Amino acid sequence: MNLLKNAAGRLVPLEVNGKEQIPFKGINKFKPTGNKANPPIRSCKDYPANGNKVVKDLQTALKIAGLKDGMTISTHHHLRNGDALTNILFDTIKKMRIKNIRWYPSASFPVHSHLIKYLKDGTIHHIEGSMNGPLGEFTSYGKMKGVGVLRSHGGRYQAVQDGDVHIDLAVIAAPTADSFGNATGDQGKSACGLLGFALADSEYADRVIVVTDNLVPFPCVPWQIQGNNVDHVVQVESLGDPAKIVSGTTQVTKSPDRLLIAEYVAKFVEDSGIMKDGFSFQAGAGGTALAFALFLKEKMKKKSIKARFVRGGSTKYLVEMLEEGLTEYILDGQTFDLEGVRSMHENVNHVNTSPFTSYNFHGKGNFASMVDAVVLGATEVDVNFNANVVTHSDGLLLHGIGGWQNCLFSKCTILAIPSFRDRIPVIVEKVTTLVGPGELIDVIATERGLCINPRRKDLLKSLKNSSLPIINIKDLKKEVNNICGGKPAKPKLNKEKIVAIIKWVDGTVLDSVYQVIE
Amino acid sequence: MNSRTIKSSAGPKGDSIRSDCYVELELKESGGIKLNLQSKVESMYGESIRKLILDMSMFFNLKNAKIKVEDYGALPYTIAARFETAMKRAMPRTKKEYLLTFSKKSNYKTTKDRLRRSRLYLPGNEPKYFINAGLHQSDGLILDLEDSVSPTQKNAAQLLVRNALRSVDFYGGERMVRINQLPKGLDDLKYIVPHNVHVILIPKCESAKQVKRVEEEVKKIKKDKRVKSEIYFMPIIESALGVIKAFEIASASKNNCALAIGLEDYTADIGTQRTEEGNESFFARSMVVNAARAVGIQPIDTVYSDVSNMDGLRISVFEAKSLGFEGKGCIHPRQVKVVHEAFAPGNEEIDKAQKIVLAFEEAEKKDLGVVSIGSKMIDPPVVKRAQKTINLALMNKQISKDWRKQ
Repeated sequence: MNLLKNAAGRLVPLEVNGKEQIPFKGINKFKPTGNKANPPIRSCKDYPANGNKVVKDLQTALKIAGLKDGMTISTHHHLRNGDALTNILFDTIKKMRIKNIRWYPSASFPVHSHLIKYLKDGTIHHIEGSMNGPLGEFTSYGKMKGVGVLRSHGGRYQAVQDGDVHIDLAVIAAPTADSFGNATGDQGKSACGLLGFALADSEYADRVIVVTDNLVPFPCVPWQIQGNNVDHVVQVESLGDPAKIVSGTTQVTKSPDRLLIAEYVAKFVEDSGIMKDGFSFQAGAGGTALAFALFLKEKMKKKSIKARFVRGGSTKYLVEMLEEGLTEYILDGQTFDLEGVRSMHENVNHVNTSPFTSYNFHGKGNFASMVDAVVLGATEVDVNFNANVVTHSDGLLLHGIGGWQNCLFSKCTILAIPSFRDRIPVIVEKVTTLVGPGELIDVIATERGLCINPRRKDLLKSLKNSSLPIINIKDLKKEVNNICGGKPAKPKLNKEKIVAIIKWVDGTVLDSVYQVIE
Repeated sequence: MNSRTIKSSAGPKGDSIRSDCYVELELKESGGIKLNLQSKVESMYGESIRKLILDMSMFFNLKNAKIKVEDYGALPYTIAARFETAMKRAMPRTKKEYLLTFSKKSNYKTTKDRLRRSRLYLPGNEPKYFINAGLHQSDGLILDLEDSVSPTQKNAAQLLVRNALRSVDFYGGERMVRINQLPKGLDDLKYIVPHNVHVILIPKCESAKQVKRVEEEVKKIKKDKRVKSEIYFMPIIESALGVIKAFEIASASKNNCALAIGLEDYTADIGTQRTEEGNESFFARSMVVNAARAVGIQPIDTVYSDVSNMDGLRISVFEAKSLGFEGKGCIHPRQVKVVHEAFAPGNEEIDKAQKIVLAFEEAEKKDLGVVSIGSKMIDPPVVKRAQKTINLALMNKQISKDWRKQ
């Protein structure tokens, strides 16, 4: 394999799955030229004038759409761990004896471990998207035929838009749709909120199949996905398990240590002056992030401060802020619980967004860089503030990138993480896999104090009178090593075999993931 | 003929276990040490765990054994404690102790009259709660060998607590251990006295004699192990008899630093139940406050057991404070902050204390024997109390360090 050291000092391959790659050149350094991908022209004449695109079943749709060996098929993760459709899709593909599919999901979940048998038997050649849990483990041990490609949500849109990835066939799970193909996620028994992750696919794929378990007469309103981009509609009994699509309620952490971290982050946002009228923030649905939002809410109430917008993953906690007037808008990328779905359905100020509006790096700007503060997690952070979200310290690939890389462009990026988990150091000398360059990461908030990136002298200055425990990240690493019993040994990796690559938001290759020796 | 195989085990096992480990030991006649390690952190610390187990085997002169370790991310002090427990269960006559290096960060001392507003209970056999406990800034941390440890795990907890006292950084919190009810509790002392325990909590205390028994035993171990620093006692009154003997108990040792009350057992003992209003314990609590005050030590209140009810906790601290208590037990880290806030002096109280302290300092400067504000004389205990109030206000950042200039 031909490897080159990129601008981040990481060895990356120049060719992956037969496709040429550009090594990472530094933040904001790579600027491609030329035109976007150009999907084929279609004519109304080839589609029913009465708008009815319903076909008998999924297999029929795949057949008419021209499914062939070696094609790229995309799916989306808005049904999360409740997704039954993707598994049924590949059961069908297997039945049709099609081989060597490149699967292009926006993310995968443990429910998709069903697909391991298709990775083994050659139905699926490799995955480009995220490889979570069992799929990640499978990949890590070098068992996947091709090389995995991990992209952020924004990077996925960019890859499709720029023509890096050509989708032959997009299969979109739609909690509600009409026979024309208009589709929405905010209603129906499998309601998930929104379908933003499928936007790029609906616009750029050769063929688009909408699969729904709630077919309504035309028009389906709102049309988060426009039927004008859809080839076929398939009706099924069920898309999956509603209880796992959205949780009934999302849980704030009960761990006193995580609560302490959340409290520190909220206090940081207040003391640094970020929390002021008209500000904005983003926090996900993890237990610590939720607790942060609750603590911040109390602080905002006490000082009568209102946000202009908050970015979701929305949960009932953000919905409460919207309904209590503490924020004017929720700009939502993904709804995590039933309250989030209800609010999106009822409240015009709860707006659905897509990776195009929020994250796409090759557009005329995106929302991520306009957010005042974002609270994220990580599996590892090193003394230079570089962070990892995809592999663990044992080298195993276990998570996708999600919107994480894209969010790093916020005006203040805060990683809220424990300094170690059980006996696994999180603050390390050098991250196993580089997913986020340290120059974009401003604050590491741990239960043992906050580390401020020395580049952010402004933040350090604004915290001069704060009672927050500000510590040096090198001292923290030392303490963590003391607690865990010395420096952790490096994972045993086969440096000859790259099992996956990490793409940066601009499509360049930031790092390689190596085979873990069992 | 095969001799009887000796087997033992220590530590918990199961998928839900975190930061702990299970050790199984089978003594053999021959074959050397066979170590089977399964660890969640194999790639990072597998070698280090193996080395520890082999070092310990050598230390205990263990030559032939089958050792199985199922590790769920336990820290070294926990692995060492679990292995030593298994060892001693297999060979109960082993007297040797495997002591990890005493951490420099655990060297700090305490004082008899230090602030003891909050003390956080940590179940003595649950290592996952130890390592971050000090971050929540309770005035004291109690490694509990008594009620939170099941009777079959007492010896496991003794070794774990001993190792924790040597290895875990409690970030300046007072290092307390609650021993078992006497006479069992006397056996606990050798595991804690040599390892910089600051305060020993004596539960279900009913006589001065019991305190004196602890004091004697502590003295003996201190002499044996050449321990120089002071170790203080906090007897806990938990019965009708204890309440009646409160004064005798409070004055039993000059090393008593506080007298505490435990209401769960007390209410059962007098044949009633705890209520939110707490009328049933008014007498007992007042007795404890008065006994403690009579000998000049700190009266400390019981725990508040509903961890989700912070308002209830706050009210309960206000009430304790009004009865004269200076501290409260915590069973969850989130209670600490609420307890500290509720014990914080009010603005009027601070104002008054500032005037008194200023008058006192003025009198000292002028070498006057008597402190007075206007025509009113101030007695020394009032001055002392005012100084305490100022210290508390400083700690809570209610006033700034240079308050005298303002």
